[in-house]
Amino acid sequence: MNIDLTIIGGGAAGLAAALAASDQKLKILIIEREPRLGGILNQCIHNGFGLHMFQEELTGPEYAHRFIESLQEKHIDILLGTTVIDIQKKDDFHITLTSEKDGYQHLISKAVIIASGCYERTRGAVQIPGERPKGIMPAGSAQRYLNMEGYLVGKRVFILGSGDIGLIMARRMTLEGAEVLGVAELMPYSNGLTRNIVQCLNDFDIPLYLSHTVTNIKGKDVLEQITIQQVDDRFEPIPGTEKVFEVDTLLLSIGLIPDVGLFDSLQMQKSPMTKSAIVDQSLMTNVKGLFVCGNALHVHDLVDWVSKEGEKAGKYAKAYILEEEQRLKDLKSVIVGPNIRYVVPHMIDFNHLDEPIQCSFRVTKKMALGLFKVIQNGKVIIQKKAKYIAPAEMENIVIKKEDFISNDPIEISLEELA
Amino acid sequence: MKELTCIVCPVSCHLTVDDSLKVVGNRCPRGEKYAIVEMTSPKRMITTTVKTTSTDCPRLSVKTKDPVPKELVFKILEYLSDVIIQKDVNIGDVIVSDIFSTGVDIVATKAMIQHDEVKR
Repeated sequence: MNIDLTIIGGGAAGLAAALAASDQKLKILIIEREPRLGGILNQCIHNGFGLHMFQEELTGPEYAHRFIESLQEKHIDILLGTTVIDIQKKDDFHITLTSEKDGYQHLISKAVIIASGCYERTRGAVQIPGERPKGIMPAGSAQRYLNMEGYLVGKRVFILGSGDIGLIMARRMTLEGAEVLGVAELMPYSNGLTRNIVQCLNDFDIPLYLSHTVTNIKGKDVLEQITIQQVDDRFEPIPGTEKVFEVDTLLLSIGLIPDVGLFDSLQMQKSPMTKSAIVDQSLMTNVKGLFVCGNALHVHDLVDWVSKEGEKAGKYAKAYILEEEQRLKDLKSVIVGPNIRYVVPHMIDFNHLDEPIQCSFRVTKKMALGLFKVIQNGKVIIQKKAKYIAPAEMENIVIKKEDFISNDPIEISLEELA
Repeated sequence: MKELTCIVCPVSCHLTVDDSLKVVGNRCPRGEKYAIVEMTSPKRMITTTVKTTSTDCPRLSVKTKDPVPKELVFKILEYLSDVIIQKDVNIGDVIVSDIFSTGVDIVATKAMIQHDEVKR
């Protein structure tokens, strides 16, 4: 089977990429491991999606439906219930798939977009001391059990980590009749959107313990009891601050990691901060013809931005396939300056400045007022003031061709204003 | 004077409302409306699921078409826990109309085709 563009993942990023790439001249294939398109949106039944894409507030399944509907009018092939198990780069990409229905299949593709989303960190990632009973699981798994299968995983619940999934699940479990005793967050600030603290915790008087973590777990077969403790500024538990909760469930909302492990055979250059590929503004990796977008590239806080990034990957992948002669790249780094955690894209290709470059980034600490700066050759070429800056909220700066004063690397930094 | 965080959209604007219900800090008109409603008669959207007889899709996600009074949230959820969907549903179909005379319908947020009828 010969394909022009293979998109791995049929969730928010993959669907948007497919729509943006769709063209009479191209043979496009979406590979999705679940039996239906939509990805994680299918289990996110709460609303708040689509404000930027559609100027209205939709639930996850409704948001996915908009894209799936548009897809049906296009000339795009879809393989459901199919997993990619290997991908090799020769001149083209050689992809091995497997599915229950059709077994092993091989295909050859000119370009590939990885839109495989992210996975949740588990107990092992944070090494919580204590016994290992059942009843401890990532919040997203509990969400899937509840919203898709209809199983409430526990009745007395504690949540570690204040990421958005944890907050959403605190409300969801409460509404379904469970008692949520509290949410503990290691950092002195929440990692979720402020609106979720308000409508998911405050509305139900669920306490949020900032600068706290779980320091002990008890339970022979099923979870019986957890202990939380306050931590100091080096995240060491402070003796004497123990609080004990009798619970049957501990949900973990302790971070998401781009799911790109399958593609190790591609010799993709990776960023230690985002734990995914290093890309330029076209979202192409160092492997020619391989693009990465959405949560597989870096974890976003709004699905709307995932879709926008998917669109971008789709557009550039299509241009790559249709371009007769590849223009050489002039790649320079985007330097991560003070108070910035990471920037995507990691590189700027100064030979392709036709379109404004959107830099997405996260900061390292919370600030009431700050000044973002883009610096080139020691000069500030763009600056932007912002209020209520937080690591949980992704920031954006658009750089236009005329903003650059040379073809040298740029730095993005943040200065705290009093 | 009261400080609120707008929950209309994920932007989460910081709002300040004074006693005469004058709102500042909102970045769009919906923030002003939210703050006034929140101070007078708070409302919430409900998103949840109802049971189905489909084996493919044991739960159908639904929502209130508009926000409903906050004090009715648990009453509505209890009512919905007894609803069982036995037919095909399109996205936007009304599952319960005018729930508890609020004037608000409960609508499906996804489409569902019952492949196989389950014997009851």
